[in-house]
Amino acid sequence: MFAAGLSLIFGVMRLVNIAHGDFIVLSAYLGLTVVASTGMHPLLALIIVVPTMAAIGYFLQRGILNQTLGDDILPPLLVTFGLSVILQNLFLAGYSADPQKMDAGALETASVSVAGLSLGILPLLTFGIAIVVIASLQYMFFCTSLGRAFRAVSDNQDIAQLMGLNKRHMFGLAMGIALGVTAIAGILLGIRTSFDPTAGSARLIFGFEAVIIGGLGNLWGTLAGGIILGVAQTIGAKIDPGWQLLSGHIAFLIVLAIRPQGLFPRVSG
Amino acid sequence: MPDPILSLKKLDAFYGDFQALYGVDMEMAEGEVIAIIGANGAGKSTLLRSISGLMSNESDQVNFLGKGIGAHRADEIAALGLALVPEGRQLFPSLSVEENLLIGGRLNRKGPWDLQSVFDLFPVLKERRAYPSTALSGGQQQMVAIGRALMANPDLILFDEISLGLAPVIIKSIYDALPGIVGDGMSAIIVEQDISKALSVSDRVYCLMEGRVTLKGAADSISREAISHAYFGID
Ligand SMILES: Nc1ncnc2c1ncn2[C@@H]1O[C@H](COP(=O)(O)OP(=O)(O)OP(=O)(O)O)[C@@H](O)[C@H]1O
Ligand SMILES: [Mg+2]
Repeated sequence: MFAAGLSLIFGVMRLVNIAHGDFIVLSAYLGLTVVASTGMHPLLALIIVVPTMAAIGYFLQRGILNQTLGDDILPPLLVTFGLSVILQNLFLAGYSADPQKMDAGALETASVSVAGLSLGILPLLTFGIAIVVIASLQYMFFCTSLGRAFRAVSDNQDIAQLMGLNKRHMFGLAMGIALGVTAIAGILLGIRTSFDPTAGSARLIFGFEAVIIGGLGNLWGTLAGGIILGVAQTIGAKIDPGWQLLSGHIAFLIVLAIRPQGLFPRVSG
Repeated sequence: MPDPILSLKKLDAFYGDFQALYGVDMEMAEGEVIAIIGANGAGKSTLLRSISGLMSNESDQVNFLGKGIGAHRADEIAALGLALVPEGRQLFPSLSVEENLLIGGRLNRKGPWDLQSVFDLFPVLKERRAYPSTALSGGQQQMVAIGRALMANPDLILFDEISLGLAPVIIKSIYDALPGIVGDGMSAIIVEQDISKALSVSDRVYCLMEGRVTLKGAADSISREAISHAYFGID
């Protein structure tokens, strides 16, 4: 889901967002703050964190990132890299370097038995939300006039302007949606595991790997890519805990070696 | 002349250091159809790009419906009622035929053109409405490009070489459709290499050479010699 945000940004704007991993951590910290100050359940905090992140995304894009977009891909890379460093330092200053975690109570350990297999509610919920989110994104992209406008801007920015589409506004919306989706991922991450100010970088790499495995700009492919990585990591961890991360990367390399264009190359979106 | 719908004052245009237009002046009355002719590289497309806001100028160099729009963004100009059918069609490849048309109509301006009337004008598009726009022939793509611009119900429509690369019979059918488009008061600028085609549909002609206007006049009274002189710069 995190990777879906990344995919969306790249798909619409051809922008590679280095700071994306830090936005997931930002969402988790925002969730933490909301939970700590209101005492509400972490999942409920989504109601606040998602719109907040979406607004941050829109204004970030309008205020800063739009200035950097052009024929050259280097300026946005540098700016998002700088943003990443700034965010990490802000987290350090605001929340200290200690790993923290959100407490979702019984939800974390609850599980159901399906055909003798015990499945955790939380992973199931995460998976369910991921499917719903990607299905809605997919619907938005292919069945609504907003999605039509996104595809037009992604195809040809100049001509899309001629249709009365302000590309700066459209980019802002795309970034807003992407960070809104990222916020969901961030909260779920914060419930599942503990995180610290630098947790974003590792997520970024996995996000990129999921996007690339799935085929650039293909949201369902991105989900499949995420699942492949997740399964590879779990299997790796079974063999030896030290193998967990490595096996994810190995799976990525294997897919790349077999299908350099990704499993599901971009079809029409 | 009543208030012009469009006027250009000393319009210059640059690509980096290269100057493509030199002080172009033009006045256009409402409902008029103007043809712009000129050899390859004369600056015809550049002129249309400047008018439509894809290239930015000083505010008062381009005046549309009484507003200085030279410095406006293309999407703002489109919303004022100016549409461009770009050279080379430039459809959105990831949109279907129908979606290409719908996106042209997203400004929701009032007027005679909607999906239905575009399909009436080009019936073949109705059959192909669900196809990807890339799956059409060149002529059909050109119809989509024209339809897409019409969907905005513009007051002024700019056509950039709509016959380029098309078979004569297709060109004829597109030009046969033109009077139905500009007939009800829409103003139009038509850029065309084919001089006789351009003269046949227009009220007045401007000829461009190397970024300058070298000739202008009424389409029915202008002489062939004057045109070839203005076109090629030879006597
Ligand atoms: N993107 C660009 N960068 C630099 N120079 C350009 C660019 N586009 C056009 N030019 C130059 O500007 C001049 C005018 O080009 P323009 O496309 O307006 O000509 P045109 O009259 O439309 O020609 P054609 O009939 O071939 O379409 C040409 O000399 C061309 O080389
Ligand atoms: Mg041209």
